[in-house]
Amino acid sequence: MDNHFETGLEALRQKLLTMASHAETAVNQSVQALVQRDHDLALRVKEDDRVIDQFEVEIDDLVIQLLTKAPLASNLRLVTVAMKISQNLERVGDEASKIAKRARDLSQEPPVKINLDLPRMAGMALAMLKSALDAFVNKDPVAARAIIPRDKEVDALNKQIHEILAQHMVANPDTISRCLNWMVACKSLERIADHAKNIAEEVVYLYEAQDIRHTAGKSQTGPATGA
Amino acid sequence: MVTDPNNSAAALTVRGLSVFFGERAAVKNVSIDITAKAVTAIIGPSGCGKSTFLRAINRMHELNPDARMEGEIKLFGDDIYSRTVESVTVRRRIGMVFQKSNPFPTMSIFENVTVGLRLNGVRDRKILAERTEQSLRMAALWDEVKDRMNAPAISLSGGQQQRLCIARALAVQPEVLLMDEPASALDPLATAKIEDLIVSLKKDYTIVIVTHNMQQAARASDFTAFFYLGELVEFGPTTKIFTSPAQKRTEDYVTGRFG
Amino acid sequence: MTAPNHSWRNFKNAFMQTLACVCAILVVAPLLLVFYHLIKEGFTSINWAFFTELPKPVGEVGGGMGNAIVGTFVLLAQAAVIGVPVGVLGGVFLSEYGGTKLNWWIRFAADILNGVPSITWGIVVYALLVVPMHGFSALAGGVVLGMMMIPLVMRTTEEVLQLVPGGYREAALALGIAKWKTIVQIVIRTALKGIVTGVLLALARVAGETAPLLFTALGNEHWTHKLTEPISAMPLQIFAYAISPYDDWHRQAWAGALVLLLLVLSINIGVRFLTRDRFQQKA
Repeated sequence: MDNHFETGLEALRQKLLTMASHAETAVNQSVQALVQRDHDLALRVKEDDRVIDQFEVEIDDLVIQLLTKAPLASNLRLVTVAMKISQNLERVGDEASKIAKRARDLSQEPPVKINLDLPRMAGMALAMLKSALDAFVNKDPVAARAIIPRDKEVDALNKQIHEILAQHMVANPDTISRCLNWMVACKSLERIADHAKNIAEEVVYLYEAQDIRHTAGKSQTGPATGA
Repeated sequence: MVTDPNNSAAALTVRGLSVFFGERAAVKNVSIDITAKAVTAIIGPSGCGKSTFLRAINRMHELNPDARMEGEIKLFGDDIYSRTVESVTVRRRIGMVFQKSNPFPTMSIFENVTVGLRLNGVRDRKILAERTEQSLRMAALWDEVKDRMNAPAISLSGGQQQRLCIARALAVQPEVLLMDEPASALDPLATAKIEDLIVSLKKDYTIVIVTHNMQQAARASDFTAFFYLGELVEFGPTTKIFTSPAQKRTEDYVTGRFG
Repeated sequence: MTAPNHSWRNFKNAFMQTLACVCAILVVAPLLLVFYHLIKEGFTSINWAFFTELPKPVGEVGGGMGNAIVGTFVLLAQAAVIGVPVGVLGGVFLSEYGGTKLNWWIRFAADILNGVPSITWGIVVYALLVVPMHGFSALAGGVVLGMMMIPLVMRTTEEVLQLVPGGYREAALALGIAKWKTIVQIVIRTALKGIVTGVLLALARVAGETAPLLFTALGNEHWTHKLTEPISAMPLQIFAYAISPYDDWHRQAWAGALVLLLLVLSINIGVRFLTRDRFQQKA
């Protein structure tokens, strides 16, 4: 008769998914504000970050409560992974806030005449985040493993955009402050992709009981367990 | 399911053990290696055969006239069921502590600890006194009773009585100590003392403990075996069994979905 | 709630309580009556002579039941020698060994024997010992009382041993102690008080038996010097005196009955003393 416990675990899952959708929305809106120079949208993103922070507090609280009931095996992994995913999502929210701040600053000044692949990079980061969360919901560690190499592509794109901006700044010194803002926004997107990768690693641990963090040359396959 | 067939650090090697009560098989074809000087926990829902399995190790199931066993158990290489071996000899090498503490009511603390030695012919007072102090120290009871060794054993509290029973079992210097839910009748403080005791005893003894308390198995054991309906479902290091078991039945039991 | 119901229940309550009280008094009353009569009639006849002298011939006043008292003890001693080992060991067998079918038959036989009228026992031993020996004897008296004790002691011993929790046997066997040693040193030692109680109560029971002694010990007006001679016993002497027409003998019969009752009473009190709870087990 562990119904209370199962209910607690389900509540934890739901909270995490709600927090995730807030984080995804924040990233979406902050990139939109950046690209469309929407000052008001950028302000809203900054305010909404408080909601995401509050979620982290609530999830940590729920995790501690569940730990007092001494969960084991897959329940134990779920509880500890939920805590880590919520941390990652909170950072994603923070990065979205940073992007929104840069969007506000950039919207006050005339646009820079430069073609950046930033929307594509944002799309990739957002896709990674969505895939990681889907893998969590669908209990699909194989899909989670597939996310991890995509981080390299995002890193490469980030580097590319940085070089373009650096060259532009050298050629047009009057655009330096605006270009730096773009660089920071870009860096935030790269970090969001990192956090999505972290979430994917946690999902693999949850469903395969394998810790694949910090290992070079990750394989695509892993053993199956009950969960 | 066996960890290492040629495990030279195995205290007990069990192969194909089945125990029948009349027609009913309480233990079905179990094979397992119990590592020496380590604590192995046996978990499972009630009626899964874990106590029957434990009692087959020191031939205590023979007390039941309907009981019958098949298979083989070796203690450090010696076949304990061979025709030339008496159950009395086996039980001097494999001791047992029971769920309900049972110090002999007509004897004092000292007499209880030494009963196994005295009734097996040991008369030397010096040896008896030394062995008593040694066993009571190992059972973490010496300081509490050293000034009243002649007090009746039943004047001790429940937790102390159980530690006395452990000292009594240790006094005959067995190689293996079997414990059948030793702390289930005790309060949490006394239980914690018994668990600390078990962990400290494994330096010198091989311990097999049956418990229905998974937290206890997680806290006190190195290896865990999960029994279900008389079969050994999974056996491995305790951490693995409780964080990422390989078998679905184990996962379901450990997360409380049944049992 | 309604007044009539309430008072009817109260009345029933009071009625049952009174009924139970009356029954309790009815149970105790005969004992008190017996005591009263014995003391009233027999107390005055109890003196030193009563315990030490032989009965005097008819007509002479005085004398005592010395030989009867000694005779009772001699018979009880023999009964104990026969009844205790066989009874206790039989009880040990029933409790600790034996298959279920055999045990059932033995218990059945013991229960039947416990119900056999004591006079029948007397006749049987008459045929077995008195006739071949061509005479009544103290030995035959001791044998019949001993045989009566056996099924009694066997059953009480078995019951008391069964009360010893199985955990103690298991603990002892798990220490590598052999089965017989476990039984003697652990089980019997734990149950000892109960076994002794059973033996004493059986002795108290056979101490008062008269009918079987009529056919075996017969009775004796003099001191008995050999077990092959007839012997006096208190119940026999009381019987002989009571049916006689002499007042003096009647007095002595009362005195004898009182002494016999005191003997049985002191055994029972001794049993109570032995089985008192000396210390409580801590929780």
